Amino acid sequence: MIHSEKLSTGENDITSSQQLSYRAAFMLIVKRDLTIAFRHRDDIFNPILFFIIVVTLFPLGIGPEANTLSRIAPGIIWVAALLSTLLSLDRLFKSDHADGSLEQMLLSPYPVFILVLAKIIAHWLVTGLPLIFIAPVLAVLLHLDDNSYGALMLTLLLGTPVLSLLGAIGVALTVGIKKGGVLLSLLVLPLYIPVLIFATSAIDTAAMNLPYNGQLAIIAALFFGSLTLAPFAVASALKVSTN
Amino acid sequence: MTKTAESLISADHLTCIREDRILFEELKLNVSAGDIVQVEGPNGAGKTSLLRILAGLSAPYEGEIFFKQSPVNECRELFHQNLLYMGHLPGVKGEMSAQENLEFNLALHGLDSTKAEQTLSEVNLLGFEDALASHLSAGQHRRIALARLWQSNAPIWILDEPFTAIDKLGVSKLEDLFLQHADRGGCVILTTHQDLTLPTERVKKITLSYRFY
Amino acid sequence: MWKWLHPYANPEVTYHFTGKLIPWFNRLAFSFLAVGLIWALVFAPADYQQGDSFRIFYLHVPAASLSMGIYVGMAIAAFSSLVWQLKLADASSAAMAPVGAAFTAIALFTGAAWGKPMWGTWWIWDARLTSELILLFLYLGVIALHNAFEDKNLAGKAAGILTIVGVINIPIIKYSVEWWNTLHQGSTVSKMGKPSMSIEMLWPFMVTFIGFALFVAVVICIRFRTEILARNSMRPWVKNLVLEQKLDNPEEKY
Repeated sequence: MIHSEKLSTGENDITSSQQLSYRAAFMLIVKRDLTIAFRHRDDIFNPILFFIIVVTLFPLGIGPEANTLSRIAPGIIWVAALLSTLLSLDRLFKSDHADGSLEQMLLSPYPVFILVLAKIIAHWLVTGLPLIFIAPVLAVLLHLDDNSYGALMLTLLLGTPVLSLLGAIGVALTVGIKKGGVLLSLLVLPLYIPVLIFATSAIDTAAMNLPYNGQLAIIAALFFGSLTLAPFAVASALKVSTN
Repeated sequence: MTKTAESLISADHLTCIREDRILFEELKLNVSAGDIVQVEGPNGAGKTSLLRILAGLSAPYEGEIFFKQSPVNECRELFHQNLLYMGHLPGVKGEMSAQENLEFNLALHGLDSTKAEQTLSEVNLLGFEDALASHLSAGQHRRIALARLWQSNAPIWILDEPFTAIDKLGVSKLEDLFLQHADRGGCVILTTHQDLTLPTERVKKITLSYRFY
Repeated sequence: MWKWLHPYANPEVTYHFTGKLIPWFNRLAFSFLAVGLIWALVFAPADYQQGDSFRIFYLHVPAASLSMGIYVGMAIAAFSSLVWQLKLADASSAAMAPVGAAFTAIALFTGAAWGKPMWGTWWIWDARLTSELILLFLYLGVIALHNAFEDKNLAGKAAGILTIVGVINIPIIKYSVEWWNTLHQGSTVSKMGKPSMSIEMLWPFMVTFIGFALFVAVVICIRFRTEILARNSMRPWVKNLVLEQKLDNPEEKY
C-alpha cells in the first residue's frame, strides 16, 4: 500500500501536511482533558466542596463575631483556596502517568512545553474558575467588607493560575512517588506564600478604600513569570518522573 | 541488498545503572533501515530499560543515542516525529471511548485522526468504537494502542512486549506488519517472551544477560 | 579554560582529593572557632543596649548567613548537574542539604533565644525569622523529595529541579515577607537585622564566622565523600577500598 518513499522523512519540517499547528495541538490537549474531567464529575466537585467546608469551619472555630470574621476573611478565603487547589492538583498528571498516556505525550513531536501548558490551563478551568465564582458567596458568610469584593475576584482571577502553575511543578516531581500527596504540600505551600501575602494585602487595602494596583501588579508579575517559566520546570520534572 | 542501509538509530558507550545495579555497560548498537531487532534476556536484565533509553524516555547513566548519525539531544523534535514507541502501559484513558482514544493518539503523533474508525477494524475492534475504554478488557486496550501502527509513518518502531494479551491471529498479523514495515525501509526493535515466527534471517538479536555484580 | 577541573569530575579522584582536604579544614576550623568563640563570648564588650544577651548574635548571624549560602551552593550544584550532567554535583547537593537544614534550625532557635530577653516572647514574626522558617521548609522539601526516590540518580535530578525552583523563589519570598512585615508591624523596629557594630565586635564576629564556615566545609566534605561511596558502590575502586581496609584491620568485624 505504501512504497518506501513514505518512510524516509529526512528533513521533514514541523508544518508537514498532517501535523497540527502548535495552537491546534494545544487545543487538542485542552479538549481532551476537559472531556475527561467532565466525565469524572467527582474530581470537579470534591475540591469545591472542600473549599466551602474549610471556610465554614472558621466561624465555628473562632466564633461568629462579625468584626473578627471580617478582619480575617481575606486570609481565610485565600488559605482555603490554596488548600483546595492543592487537593485537586493530584489529578493533573497521576492518571496519565498510571496508564502510560504521559509517556506518549513526552514522545509526541510537539514541544512538551505546549502540552504541559495545555494541561495546566485545562486544570485551572475546572478547578480555579469555580473557586472564583464561589468565593464571593463565601465572602458574604464571612462578612467581608463591601469594598473588597472586586479585589477578591481580581486577586483570585490572577492568583489561582499561579497556584495551578506552581503546583504543577510539585505534582510533576512527585507523580512517580507512592503517597506523594503529603510531600506535595510540603513542596508547594512555601512557593504559594508570595501570592498569599500580596492577594490578602490587596483585599485589605481595598477594604480601606485605597488603591490596590500595586499588589495586583505584583500578582500579575508572578502570573506572567510562572506562565513562562513553570512549564519548563514541569517538563524537566516529568522527564525525571517517567524515567 | 548490495547498498548498505542507512543507520536509523544507533548508540555508543551506553551504560545503564538502576538502583545501584549496573544493567549494561559500554553497549554499542546500530539499527539500520530494514532491520528487525529482538532484544532478549531474562527478566531484570534491562531489556525494558534499553528500549526506554533508545526511545529517549530514560536517560542513560553514560552514553549517547544517535538518530541518523546526529545526536538525539540536538534534534529531539525530528527524532520524535520519526519514532513510535509502545511500552508496557497502553496509554488508554478509561473515560474516553475506543475511537476517541485512537483519534487522540493519532492526532498527538501527527497522524490523521479521521482514519481512526477504519483502523479499529484492523485490530478487530469494529463495533466497540463507542464503548468507553473502562468497559473494555486489557487486551482490547492493547489493541487500541497497537492500532496506531497501521497508520504510522515513523520509520523507527520501538515496541516493548507488543504481543501481550494478543491472540495467535493477532500476533501473526502484527508480524506481517513488521515485515512490511522493515521492507519499506523502517526498523523494528522489540522485546517479546514469545517465539517469533518470522524467518530467522530477518531477525537480528541482542542478548542481555543478568549481571549479579 | 576549565581543563584543569576535568580530572575532578571523576568520583575517585575527588574522593581522595577531599580526603586530603579534610584534616586541613579541620585544624583551621578548630582554631578559628576556638579563638573566635572565646573572644566573642567572653572578651568582646557587651552591647550597650542589650547587654550580654547580645552575644547570641555571634551564633545566630553566621548560622543564618550560612543557611542561605548553603542553599545557594546547592542550587549551583543542581544547575551543574542539570546543565552539564555532572554526576558529582548530585552527590554534593545531597551532602549539603541536611547541613543547611541544620544551620537553618540553629538560626531559628538562636533567633528565638535572642528574642526572649528582648521582647519576652519565644517567637516573633519578624521578616528575618519568618524567612528563615520558610527556608527551613524549602530545605525539608528538598530532603524529603530526595529520600522519596529509590534510584539515587533520579533523586538527585528531582531534588535539583526543586532546588533551582526554590532558589528563584527565595528572593521573591524574602521580598514579600519583608513587605508583609512592614504592613503589620509598622511601629516595632526589628532588632534582628545586623546592627552597626563597633570594631571590637566586628573582629570576633569575623573570626567566628570564618570558623563556622570552615566547620561547614568539613562536615560537607565528609558527607560528600560518603555520598560518593554510596553512589559508586558498584564500582571496582570502591570495592578495592573496602578490601584494603579489611586487609589493614583483619581483626575488625564488619
